Amino acid sequence: MARRTPLGWPVLRQAAGPDRTGRGAAARAEGREMPRARTATADAVVKSVCPYCAVGCGQDVYVQDGRVVQIEGDPGSPVSRGRLCPKGAASLQLTTGPARRSAVLYRAPHATSWRTLDLDTAMAMVADRVVRTRRETWSWQEEGRRVRRTMGIASLGGATLDNEENYLMKKLYTALGAVQIENQARI
Amino acid sequence: MAECHPVGFQWVMEAKARGATLVHVDPRFTRTSAVADVHVPLRAGSDIAFLGGIVRYVLEHERYFRDYVVAYTNAPLVVGEAFADTEDLDGLFSGFDAKTRTYDQQTWAYETAGPGGPARRDDTMQHPRCVLQILRRHFARYTPELVERVCGVPEELFLRVCETIARSSGPERTTAFAYAVGWTQHTVGVQYIRTAAILQLLLGNIGRPGGGILALRGHASIQGSTDIPTLFDLLPGYLPMPDAARHAGLDAYVEAGRARGGLWHGTRSYLVSLLKAWWGDAATADNDFCFDYLPRITGDHSTYPTVQAQVAGRCKGYFVVGENPAVGSADAKLQRLGMANLDWLVVRDFSLIESATWWKDGPEIETGELRTEDVATEVFFFPAAAHTEKDGSFTNTQRMLQWHHQAVEPPGDARSDLWFYYHLGRLVRERLAGSTDDMDRPVLELTWDYPTTGPHGEPSAEAVLAEVNGVGADGRPVDGPGQLRDDGSTTCGCWIYAGVYAGGVNQAARRTPGSDQDWVAAQWGWSWPGNRRILYNRASADPDGRPWSERKALVWWDEDRGRWTGHDVPDIDPTLAPHQHVPAADGAPARSGGDPFVMQRDGKGWLFAPTGLVDGPLPAHYEPQESPFANALYAQQRNPVRQVLRDPRSRYHPRPGEPGAAVFPYVVTTYRLTEHHTAGGMSRWQPYLAELQPEMFVEVSPALAAERGLEHLGWATVVTARNAVEARVLVTERMAPLRVQGRVVHQIGLPYHFGPNGYVRGDAANELAGLALDPNVHIQEVKAFTADIVPGRRPRGAALPALVESYRRRAGIDAGTGGER
Repeated sequence: MARRTPLGWPVLRQAAGPDRTGRGAAARAEGREMPRARTATADAVVKSVCPYCAVGCGQDVYVQDGRVVQIEGDPGSPVSRGRLCPKGAASLQLTTGPARRSAVLYRAPHATSWRTLDLDTAMAMVADRVVRTRRETWSWQEEGRRVRRTMGIASLGGATLDNEENYLMKKLYTALGAVQIENQARI
Repeated sequence: MAECHPVGFQWVMEAKARGATLVHVDPRFTRTSAVADVHVPLRAGSDIAFLGGIVRYVLEHERYFRDYVVAYTNAPLVVGEAFADTEDLDGLFSGFDAKTRTYDQQTWAYETAGPGGPARRDDTMQHPRCVLQILRRHFARYTPELVERVCGVPEELFLRVCETIARSSGPERTTAFAYAVGWTQHTVGVQYIRTAAILQLLLGNIGRPGGGILALRGHASIQGSTDIPTLFDLLPGYLPMPDAARHAGLDAYVEAGRARGGLWHGTRSYLVSLLKAWWGDAATADNDFCFDYLPRITGDHSTYPTVQAQVAGRCKGYFVVGENPAVGSADAKLQRLGMANLDWLVVRDFSLIESATWWKDGPEIETGELRTEDVATEVFFFPAAAHTEKDGSFTNTQRMLQWHHQAVEPPGDARSDLWFYYHLGRLVRERLAGSTDDMDRPVLELTWDYPTTGPHGEPSAEAVLAEVNGVGADGRPVDGPGQLRDDGSTTCGCWIYAGVYAGGVNQAARRTPGSDQDWVAAQWGWSWPGNRRILYNRASADPDGRPWSERKALVWWDEDRGRWTGHDVPDIDPTLAPHQHVPAADGAPARSGGDPFVMQRDGKGWLFAPTGLVDGPLPAHYEPQESPFANALYAQQRNPVRQVLRDPRSRYHPRPGEPGAAVFPYVVTTYRLTEHHTAGGMSRWQPYLAELQPEMFVEVSPALAAERGLEHLGWATVVTARNAVEARVLVTERMAPLRVQGRVVHQIGLPYHFGPNGYVRGDAANELAGLALDPNVHIQEVKAFTADIVPGRRPRGAALPALVESYRRRAGIDAGTGGER
């Protein structure tokens, strides 16, 4: 920041400059040429929806150089008219904050700490376990009735996800014969 | 609502500014109470008595909307002679089997003119066995005096609420009820909603603008994850999961579905189109469209029995996806003990939530109940993509789908759940390729060829939405479920969402600004079904098809054009005239232009539910599983068919009056804060939110603080037979002591967001809650249970389970406690 000098005092500027009545440039505070808002310099505004509760407030996501730089309420939304609550207003921290993890972690049986795994390895390991557990716990019949299922694999979650994600989950689990599929809707 | 759905609450304030009266019923004084005209603190767990009292008021004072009730509800229908009410059986309905603790619902049926004939009707509603008269008798004892005695709401205040609601209903006015999990998380949760439904039907407040019973749901797509269900008992669009006993094959399944009546007549089209979407060319008429590929259920496979199966070692693999059961589910300890007995656990989230780290730093590691080196569970943590990093739709609490567009790529190895499940399915299919085992055919023949884009091979969410919408026989996206066929010529992933991709256009992505539209705003997003914004809106017009009043006009019959029209999409066949009756023919059911409730087999709103609920055709007040009070209405203390899960690790408190009941003298209720979200996974790691609500606390009244020696900002320990938690004490008059059955009852408020991880920490309120469930929907009772509270922090290490054990001993709790009928 520029060092302040007495020459910047409004009264001196008024006396020395062209604005003798003190109603224009002389009265302007220093720093009036504020940095421009992040929203003003963004490359793109992407339409979105708040990820917290189910009111479904509209969000405008401001993107610059491939990064989200600001998230604001969408004034066009007939649901929210541009407003966001404290949580919705914290969406920028939620999506870009330092608490977010970006690497896969793995804890081996009996291990006392995490280690990182690359994504492909981790995916292959999970796929192997799904295949193995499914086979080990497969059941064609229960009390004489056909069930065609596994009670060895369960899933919890979905209420914070997209419809399309829930759809693929239910479709895949059902094809695998997993029935213990649940989410927050009844919790 | 001001606390948990603040931006939605702006519309309540708009209504208030226009003269609406706002009544807030809540044990606590909250930000909603602060701006309400009336705040009614009541005892947690007593809402059926409260609402039942309003029902009685409306009936006794003849304040119901008679023309609406006669035309649109089952009030005039006559119930069979065999039906006996809770008034006759001291808290039980007819058909109760004490041994199995279930109801046989046969005696709840209407009286018919002959076997299979139409139900007998009495439009004067004077027949002693007509539904209206049954209601009168059933609720006759729910007097203002009784409401005061059960709920702790003074008569005068209660009557003020009754009069406000009655005055604000009718042709010219409507009243809306908004609720959240304060109504659902009970052993009688479904019957809470039923009581509100009875009241709103009597007042003519369903299907009309400004009316309704509005579920304020707490997650961005919790509605969507019910419609397209990650739930054990449903397939997309509320089609049931096949049951091994009841659905031996496609025909049996379809027959059971059609018996539900109304639009369920199309069950075969909906299901066959779903099977075609999933198994494509493999699904043919000859193999019942692969109906056999669907796994069958054999009972309750919801999350709590599943956790018990994990503890028992039967359930070995567990995916936890954007949810945090170690904090967010009842009896949090049991959740962790279940995870500690898995072979493998996959957690997908943004941060290292408690459900991912319990094996190294969870509460049981501290108490010594688990030792990290002994825990054999393999744990995978996958970082998840945020909503800004993926395309997709959320369905909000008004059934409206809204599309969010991808703005940026997710960081590092973070991926969407769409990516995870698509590629997991791909990898599993690769591993099973070539298998001739019959168990693998549903996986190998599954349609699983979504186009992928971008640097990470992200599957196209819009392609998935198009599959959900469905494709007609002509190869084009269908416009609605009416185009679905049962011959295998159409596909549809979720019949109630058919139309969301009509014309090949993503209707959920529509964003005509609200300011450029009328008040219905039909061009923003897309609501199921068929973009209707208010369900059953035929009821907004009178039997002749005219709006009940100009003020409350929504849809009406246009005689000149011979069709229904209006501000909203009519929720009825648009060409079915108001008095037109199309008899059943060619397998199609009868339809009537006078019946608004299109999902019901008789088209009527059900004041009395002859089928569909396992715990009674009418709501009755039962005390919660754990309550300091005997039931003032019936000898039957609690919901006789509630689910009480037995587990040596999860015990229940004695009934009131039994020795030991006084060990847990206070009522606990849990709730949310404006600044946090559910189990904290999306809020305790955000510095702004952490700073706004920095610590777990317990709300108590000054009177309770004095009784127990609790100091404001000091520590308190809350104890149940499950566990004990500590919290900072907030002494506040927001928690008003109530006078119930002649004595004072204190209530304790606990926010449930906190856990040991994140920027802001604290014990999880769910450590305290037990596993007593609503029998219809298997939701846990966390809104009303009992506890003790003492000053000071809880003990550490092995002393914590020892404290809980000492309470169990003092209260004489054993395996049988709490399981009595």
